[in-house]
Amino acid sequence: MSEAAATKIPVTVLTGYLGAGKTTLLNRILSENHGKKYAVIVNEFGEIGIDNDLIIGADEEVFEMNNGCVCCTVRGDLVRIIDGLMKRKGKFDAIILETTGLADPAPVAQTFFVDEDVRDKTMLDAVVTVADAKWLSDRLKDAPEAKNQIAFADVIVLNKTDLVTKPELAEVEARIRGINPYATLHRTERAQVKLSDVLGRGAFDLDRILELEPEFLDDGGHDHDHDHHHDHHGHDHHHDHGHSHGGMKHYHDEDMQSLSLRTDKPVDPTKFMPWLQDLVAKDGEKILRSKGILSFKGDDDRYVFQGVHMMLEGDHQRKWKKDEARESRLVFIGRELPKQAIRDGFAKTIA
Amino acid sequence: MKDFNPAPETASIVSVTDRVTHVKLDAPATTVHFLGDVAAFVGAEEKVTFANSDGEAKPVTVHGGGILCSASDGKRIVMGGDDGKLVSVDARSNVETLATDAKRRWIDNVALHADGAVAWSAGKTAYVRAPKGEEKTLDVSSTVGGLAFAPKGVRLAVAHYNGVTLWFPNMGAKPEFLEWKGSHLGVTFSADNKFLVTSMHESALHGWRLADSRHMRMTGYPARVRSVSWSVGGKFLATSGSDSVILWPFSSKDGPMGKEPLMLAPLQAKATVVACNPKEDVFAVGYSDGTVLMVRIEDGAEILVRRNAGEPVAALAWNAKGLLLAFAAEDGDAGLLTL
Repeated sequence: MSEAAATKIPVTVLTGYLGAGKTTLLNRILSENHGKKYAVIVNEFGEIGIDNDLIIGADEEVFEMNNGCVCCTVRGDLVRIIDGLMKRKGKFDAIILETTGLADPAPVAQTFFVDEDVRDKTMLDAVVTVADAKWLSDRLKDAPEAKNQIAFADVIVLNKTDLVTKPELAEVEARIRGINPYATLHRTERAQVKLSDVLGRGAFDLDRILELEPEFLDDGGHDHDHDHHHDHHGHDHHHDHGHSHGGMKHYHDEDMQSLSLRTDKPVDPTKFMPWLQDLVAKDGEKILRSKGILSFKGDDDRYVFQGVHMMLEGDHQRKWKKDEARESRLVFIGRELPKQAIRDGFAKTIA
Repeated sequence: MKDFNPAPETASIVSVTDRVTHVKLDAPATTVHFLGDVAAFVGAEEKVTFANSDGEAKPVTVHGGGILCSASDGKRIVMGGDDGKLVSVDARSNVETLATDAKRRWIDNVALHADGAVAWSAGKTAYVRAPKGEEKTLDVSSTVGGLAFAPKGVRLAVAHYNGVTLWFPNMGAKPEFLEWKGSHLGVTFSADNKFLVTSMHESALHGWRLADSRHMRMTGYPARVRSVSWSVGGKFLATSGSDSVILWPFSSKDGPMGKEPLMLAPLQAKATVVACNPKEDVFAVGYSDGTVLMVRIEDGAEILVRRNAGEPVAALAWNAKGLLLAFAAEDGDAGLLTL
């Protein structure tokens, strides 16, 4: 972790559709004897069974930034609450923010990108989505919020697995993977997950970007092949048609997809940066999350970036290691992604 | 105030750092007020620490948690906390709980009226209590960002998302709404009651001329404006948020409309807090690098009060006579200067 990141208070965003088990997980985190103290921001008082004087009720006020773009929204209440919480610096180790079941995680994440005070004092650790194994498949059909929460997640806690059969579990996992193949997925009953699996993930720490995500490295290229394959078919055809790869079902979600790109040729930063900025400026509303590691021409440092909708942050991370393949990798998760245009655009930035 | 006449041939800045009485606070302070000649440093949590010019510090417990806001009329300080309480303290250390939120919500904002009325807010609700104890409430469309009493009459400005609601708590009339898109986090009236200015979540101020609700945009700040202060007679509004102090002219009937602001005391640091002297055309400013300066508005002449060491300056205040200046840095390092 970078030195700056080490001094900032980590914030875990706990999301998930109504009834998935967010509060169960939250109560578990708070009751576990971990020796840590959490400040908890909740939208409903009274559901927390733990006595904690650092529980703050929030109103989920989503504010548009003054440029008027709908995808540049922030959580106004969060700005105020974090400012207030900082007066009690030293009284807690981390912040857990529970959203309502119908919340879009984007404004929360964007608050950490755009608000200078929030950025100075805290760092977004990860978006953890609790999903109901029994009902998620239905919600993905009728609740766009549920799909957003899965697409946005760094960690997915697939809860209530005891209420479904093995084939049903495989089915719901395949649907999750069809939307977000990069999140770390944990199967649980009564939200019994190791706390280290949901807290202290560093999913938004540029220094740790992708290192914590074996899914990215292992499944990325794999998924790319799938995407490629699917693109030759009509959407309605494979929406409800699972097919098997290595024993795992694979679904292609009708409107939420991911795209992984890679190249072992060096990328030209003078072409790449304007292309990426232009891409998120134009299609940012569709792109929920983006991440990448870049090997730039004539540059011995790895360049990393991440984005939420139209907001991007990037930095030189470290020197490429001697035994490391200098490969550039990009990942996009989004709604109706203009995949071919992204592929073509990226191909043109190769030096 | 002969101190404000630096010798013209001196190349280096005039310093009064050796005349500052050091005050050691046990914990960080976020604001300072004067009750008479006693400086009252409002802590980030739990305590107010009183200090007089001999530097002796006396802490008093006022809240059971973080102190989120404070206001003073020179006789008492009223504070809101994350313990859901509205508390007052006077110079004799008398602590009184004025209100307790039934749901233990944070008391985010507080304002005091010269006649003794107090206003506060929790969530979307603004409260006003007259000296006789009658309490009135107003719900606005989103969480209250700031409160200010108008200098004349009992009229309260309630800043929130997308504008400011102007409320006469003692009248049945529908509150007036001044609209401007964005989140308004602080609000202040000019002393002549002609202008209303908000500090926004974006790095900007917004103003209205109250006679005709005409808009005044005050933009160009690199950071959010967290501190504003009216100069004596309301001629200027001095503001933080930049690497110099930005002073918007308000002496004409059009306010700052179509005018350039003054930019004084530029440093390689961000101005974090400003406080205008109540008697002279002089302001004090604290910076993110720990520097505290006194600056004469007329010619920008500067006097050094604290060197650029340590944490950012968090609090600054003058006493009512304008002869005592108190400051505190984020780490609790504080001082008093007698002029």
